[in-house]
Amino acid sequence: MSGRRASAAARRPGWRTVIARFLLNRLALSIITLLLLSVIVFAASQLLPGDVGRNVLGPFASPEDVAKFNHEHGVDRPVWTQYWDWISHFVRGDLGTSLQHNVPVGELLGPSLVNSLKLAAVAFVLVVPLSLLGGTVAALRRNRVTDRVITVTGLSLTAIPEFVTAIVLIVVFGVVLGWLPVSAAAPEGAGVFTQVEYLLLPSFALVAVLFGYIARITRAGVIEAIDADYTRTAYLKGLTPGRVVRRHVLRNSLLPTIAVVATQVGYLIGGLLVIEKLFNYNGIGQRIYIAAQAKDFTLLQSGVLIVGIVYLVATFVADLLFSLLNPRIRYGAAE
Amino acid sequence: MSGMTDAAAGIEPAIGLVPTEAKIARREMLGQLVRSKTFIAGAVLVGWWVFWAIVGARLTPDDPLEITDAILIGPGAGHWFGTDSLGRDVLSRVLAGASDTMKVAPLATLLGIVGGTTLGLITGYFKGWVDEAISRVIDAVLALPLIVIAVTALVALGSSNVTLIIVIGAVFTPIVARTVRAAVLGERELDYVSAAKLRGERAPYIMFAEILPNIIGPIVVEATVRLGYAIFAVAGLTFLGFGVQPPAPDWSLQIADNYTLLNAGTYEWTVLFPAIAIATLIVGVNLIADGLQQVLDR
Amino acid sequence: MSEATAPVVTAQHALELDELDVVYRVRGRDRQVLRGVTLNVGRGEAYGLVGESGCGKSTAALAIVQYLPRNGFVRSGAIRIDGRDVLALSGAKLRRLRSESVSMVYQNPGAALNPSIRVGKQVAEVFSLRGVGRDEALGHAREALTTVQIADPGSVMERYPHQLSGGMQQRVIIAMALATDPALLILDEPTTGLDATVEAEVLDLVAGLQAELHTSVLFISHNLGVIAKMCDRVGILYAGRLVEEGATETVLNDPRHPYTVGLLRCVPRGGVRKDHGRLDTIPGFLPNLGEELPGCVFTARCPLVEQVCRAVEPPLIDLGSGHASRCHFHERAQSLPRVTAADLVLPAVDRSADPLLRFDDLGKVFKQQGHDVHALVGVSAAIWPGETLGLVGESGSGKTTLARALLGIVQPTSGAVTLDGRDLSGTLGGRSADEMRALQIVFQNPDSALNRRHQVRRILRRSLKKLAGTTGAAAEQRMLELMSSVRLAERYVSARPGQLSGGLKQRLAIARAFAGDPKLVVCDEPTSALDVSVQAAILNLLVELQAQQRVSYLFISHDLGVVRYMSDRIAVLYLGRLMELGPSEVIYSGPHHPYTEALLSAVPTIDGAERERIRLEGDIPSAANPPSGCVFHTRCPRFLGPICVEQEPPLVEVEQDHLMRCHIPLEELRELQAAGSPPARETVAP
Repeated sequence: MSGRRASAAARRPGWRTVIARFLLNRLALSIITLLLLSVIVFAASQLLPGDVGRNVLGPFASPEDVAKFNHEHGVDRPVWTQYWDWISHFVRGDLGTSLQHNVPVGELLGPSLVNSLKLAAVAFVLVVPLSLLGGTVAALRRNRVTDRVITVTGLSLTAIPEFVTAIVLIVVFGVVLGWLPVSAAAPEGAGVFTQVEYLLLPSFALVAVLFGYIARITRAGVIEAIDADYTRTAYLKGLTPGRVVRRHVLRNSLLPTIAVVATQVGYLIGGLLVIEKLFNYNGIGQRIYIAAQAKDFTLLQSGVLIVGIVYLVATFVADLLFSLLNPRIRYGAAE
Repeated sequence: MSGMTDAAAGIEPAIGLVPTEAKIARREMLGQLVRSKTFIAGAVLVGWWVFWAIVGARLTPDDPLEITDAILIGPGAGHWFGTDSLGRDVLSRVLAGASDTMKVAPLATLLGIVGGTTLGLITGYFKGWVDEAISRVIDAVLALPLIVIAVTALVALGSSNVTLIIVIGAVFTPIVARTVRAAVLGERELDYVSAAKLRGERAPYIMFAEILPNIIGPIVVEATVRLGYAIFAVAGLTFLGFGVQPPAPDWSLQIADNYTLLNAGTYEWTVLFPAIAIATLIVGVNLIADGLQQVLDR
Repeated sequence: MSEATAPVVTAQHALELDELDVVYRVRGRDRQVLRGVTLNVGRGEAYGLVGESGCGKSTAALAIVQYLPRNGFVRSGAIRIDGRDVLALSGAKLRRLRSESVSMVYQNPGAALNPSIRVGKQVAEVFSLRGVGRDEALGHAREALTTVQIADPGSVMERYPHQLSGGMQQRVIIAMALATDPALLILDEPTTGLDATVEAEVLDLVAGLQAELHTSVLFISHNLGVIAKMCDRVGILYAGRLVEEGATETVLNDPRHPYTVGLLRCVPRGGVRKDHGRLDTIPGFLPNLGEELPGCVFTARCPLVEQVCRAVEPPLIDLGSGHASRCHFHERAQSLPRVTAADLVLPAVDRSADPLLRFDDLGKVFKQQGHDVHALVGVSAAIWPGETLGLVGESGSGKTTLARALLGIVQPTSGAVTLDGRDLSGTLGGRSADEMRALQIVFQNPDSALNRRHQVRRILRRSLKKLAGTTGAAAEQRMLELMSSVRLAERYVSARPGQLSGGLKQRLAIARAFAGDPKLVVCDEPTSALDVSVQAAILNLLVELQAQQRVSYLFISHDLGVVRYMSDRIAVLYLGRLMELGPSEVIYSGPHHPYTEALLSAVPTIDGAERERIRLEGDIPSAANPPSGCVFHTRCPRFLGPICVEQEPPLVEVEQDHLMRCHIPLEELRELQAAGSPPARETVAP
């Protein structure tokens, strides 16, 4: 009898294997999504009206010049050839050549992406701890004054479009008080601290937008943990409230927050067109926007796909964290 | 909820109630709504702007489109909110600026809700490969920030109120679909769905006549939240030049026209007041959403 | 009766409740949930608190440990544990009380353990509160797990709660509760939701530990059988008032309050069958929580009620030797007029005719995370018109899968189902309208089974239209007939399910099932979610309908008493296989399959005559990994030898109409079972 059980135990996969399998699964799904995205992006960019050559060369160029331009840039080939060409080069790191500026796309997107990452990093570092703290405190003081204040403030701030908050911040801190610079782009060669200083105002605007949302999710997660049976068990064992919260409640409540934060990464990187415009910042959002206006396919496609990749990487990392922290995924159900 | 017996939660094991109690229950819900401070505050804010959206330029102190020589005058007696770089009265422009947004946002939301609900019902009910395929596509699309999608689409289709409605509605559809799908997944495991199948009901009947009435609550809440985001989106897109087109006195256009002035000097009134106007409208909508959610949750 | 030594009641009780009034503030109004409750639990004594939903028993438990929700408070009265006034304590002193003097065990053990912390650490936490070091605490934890008979504590301590079975989780909770040797142990429905055999083991464990440690126990349950088994004294709670109290044997055999009498008559006991000696019901509805009840709380439903009852609240009248009743007319309680119909005449089942429904070699395999889960394996049986086939089994037995496969909700992987001789398609899509109306179901949970947004009228009219093809005025007429046949008053026709009580909802569900004049109705635990007093009414209704319409039932329940009451024949399932099939009385009296034997012995009954408990070691194996040979061999108390491990016994007709799947021949079983229960087998690792 015990022999049966022992062999069953030996066959049970270790937790590293379980996680590895889980992540491989997510990775495969992400790749499929990515491929799908590339097709959608490509198709969408093909739908942009207007002839490429005509757009770049202007309305006065001759039809022959336009045709020649189109041929040189391969835009007169069949759609699937163009797609395949693009995607096969993309995965190798060659993002194509910008039709508008005639430089490799990578050279244009690279610095923009770096800028976006810097801004996202500063905003992230500010908003995540603040929201976690705010949400937890609101949950612990549920329905009392502190909770109402945090919740309503968060709600109101989130509701306001980021560029509105940014305007107010610019006016107050930049123009009237003059404490912080009004543009986000630090001068060339500035040190880390100066760069961060310039990024503070736009980051504050982003914090305002995201705080309410993340804090609300955190609050809900903490409340669910507080109301759970196992918290009651902990209290009835005779544990102090502090210990109950630290050891039992917080562990289980932070998981949903991770998922939510990951979904905001895409927005933080590529969705800040408006902030970038307001603060005169060369981020990837701006690049995409300008490319769309100029009908610069190659730049547009690759730029959009990059943003998609960043998002999928972020959600994948979130999945990884989630599976490591959640024993139910690590160990599966009872035999 | 554990630790709380039904008594504490105020849930009464219903005894056989007389049918008119149904009406009383509905009235009680409306009563709760009316008493909810968040709902009232929101309703007041939104009501104010609905009034101005309808009335428009007819009741403003000055003509919002009239260009004068009195440029960049600070807030004062003649112009409570000052004038902008073309001498237009900012107060009048702010009051009249609600119209286009209030036309576009609700319609876009409606489009998104109808599309999203249908899509969500189909994917949630059928599951299987239909769900897998469509969900993959939705995941792919939602990997991109909405503004990127919207901008690309508007460049392709050109910017007008109509295209704005279509694009925003289309972008909302997958988001709403996800929420609806989650709600449907919860419902389809319940036994009344099996009971319906055992009566020989067809799939469309089960989806729309059985399941949909039970998920109206989350859909209504989602609709009001989406409305807030729609206004948000219209504002952002207009600021970028893709939304409402000039010379409409839309708030975002005002900000777009005048924000560069902030570098030149302290002309903050030209952008501050339209910004506050946007803020109050969206906050109002969200307060309504919150109030509704509290009442529907009970 | 518990196996404890004679209860020792000293001057200092373990628990004293003194005129306890507990109130909840809901939407600005105060609702009184406990009214002047006074009771004592002596040292080493087990006290059972019995009541239905809304009686306030769980509130009492929470009040004792001072864990009422924010809107609940003790308005007046006293609570003393071990002589100390609980209400005067707060902060550190309250924590000490919780840590040392009182522990609680409640329903749903899985939720009571923190899913992110290993079991060992959670148990050790109890000890580290006492100030011992980490390793020492873990050592104590290991010992604690051994006392609750967990064979391999080391490996259990390393696991997370979700990796343990329900029974194992509850043992861990009990270990934590008794680790500090508290003066008082409170158990609030600790075995509700657990399988019968697991429940029996947990109860035995508690009884044994209680005897050993002389802990006082407050046992809260709605199940009179469990209380009868575990408790020395019992208190009956109705609408927050203690209406009767006394030694368990006395109260159950000589009840002196109309509610107690009614409650006891509602529960199916030995010898009571659906057609004679039918169940009583208690008229009326359970009161709303915190409802204003002037005079005696039971007046609205008491057949003995008189003017004085409405005007004056009866005091707790002492009837001698600890027995007390709160009734003006307690001496008349047992001659309570019966609220039940006369004996019914059920038409006999004609087995010479063809069966109505027949399933042959039905099998269902589910794919779960790469494993094949064999939910049903080779199940065959037949049901005749007008008969009730009871289906019994624990979790993993496949009884729900069988029901769904018959109905077409789930498509069987193998085997065939025939109705009236015609093959039934495996899926609903392939069945005709006639076939669908012939087979209907009443689900366990009426909240889930009825669309809460549809009115009663719509639910019934739609069913009539789809199943019977009736529309228009004829449908309206028919709908009213249906409602009256299930005793659902006409005035509810515009109500929605949310406004109806549990009993009314289930009546509606039954009416819906009968809309198309079905030939067979599957009843899947139809009364499990209902209170005891409501159950009886629903069971009576089902039997009446069977008499009127000659409908057959496939009656699924985990409650063996109810199954015996309702069924003509009974089928016993274990891990998807049919273990035994035969007439009700034969299944009950024996000789029966070893599994049936153990199952029957596990059920706590109210009657004094109790079977000797047969313990089944270990947990129910997973259906994804069934044991070889006879699937029951890992736990079988009458394990023969290697043959049980190697060969699966076939289902054989051992006597007339009685099939069994066991290697032991019938006569040998008869002898063995007459001789008594078998010795316990060696414990098995989890």
